[in-house]
Amino acid sequence: MKILLVDDSKTMRNIQKRTLAALPEAEFVEAGDGVEGLAAMNSSGPFQLVLVDWNMPNMDGITFVTKVRETNKTTPMIMCTTEAEKTRVIDALKAGVNNYVVKPFTPEALTEKVQQTLQKAKAA
Amino acid sequence: MTQVAEPQQALNPKLIVPFVNSVRNVFTTMVGVVTTVERPTYKSGPAVSYDVSAIIGFSGQVIGSVVVSFQMDAALKLVKAFAGVDLTADSPDFADAIGELANMIAGNAKKDLGATASITCPSVVLGANHVIARLRGVPCVIIPCKTPVGDFAVEVNMKQTD
Repeated sequence: MKILLVDDSKTMRNIQKRTLAALPEAEFVEAGDGVEGLAAMNSSGPFQLVLVDWNMPNMDGITFVTKVRETNKTTPMIMCTTEAEKTRVIDALKAGVNNYVVKPFTPEALTEKVQQTLQKAKAA
Repeated sequence: MTQVAEPQQALNPKLIVPFVNSVRNVFTTMVGVVTTVERPTYKSGPAVSYDVSAIIGFSGQVIGSVVVSFQMDAALKLVKAFAGVDLTADSPDFADAIGELANMIAGNAKKDLGATASITCPSVVLGANHVIARLRGVPCVIIPCKTPVGDFAVEVNMKQTD
């Protein structure tokens, strides 16, 4: 399973990798902002899952999701961010994310959201 | 020359309590250490010196900044617990980890401020006895935090806009 991690914090990407390493044949591609994320979508895809942060330099996560959804309606995307207000969650869902994880998170919480998202995508 | 003290504004608990709760939540969930938060007080001068600070700016209905400051020994131990690896202070990954901790503290507190606000990406300062300038005329509240592996402090220097 090929997973794209878009987050400006390498520490956070490492935590996500450790948490999701148990997924079947997990293979990770990393991007430090939305610009790198879009480039990775084009050059290293297709991905079976994308985790994206909200606040990043150069291009934020909401812009990244909006741009991806212009051409790709199916790849499951999870916003993984410190932004926890309801309005932010609604904005992210409107932009096209499939699920939302608020930092800080436990490994169990992230794994559960990922499993939910993958199951829904498989059933669709 | 006589120095005139800056008039203090009343401490607004609505701007402090969210950070107290956020610190506990972030360190318990992501670092795996229980944090004891001591009584917040006004910061009247540079006071305690620190070696590492992460700064997050706020804009919108609240403006100002939150600074999370550590002495080096505590920072190294807390980063190891958070990142899961030993990092030296001169590693870019060390600053990244400190910045991400501050990002989570600020972002997690933001939802409970009762105001619409945006936060900046973190900036990290390393260096013994550094001083971070703050907004004049805005109270700066220091929240002392104790953990089994070392202490740190969260400084909240912000106000609600009209």
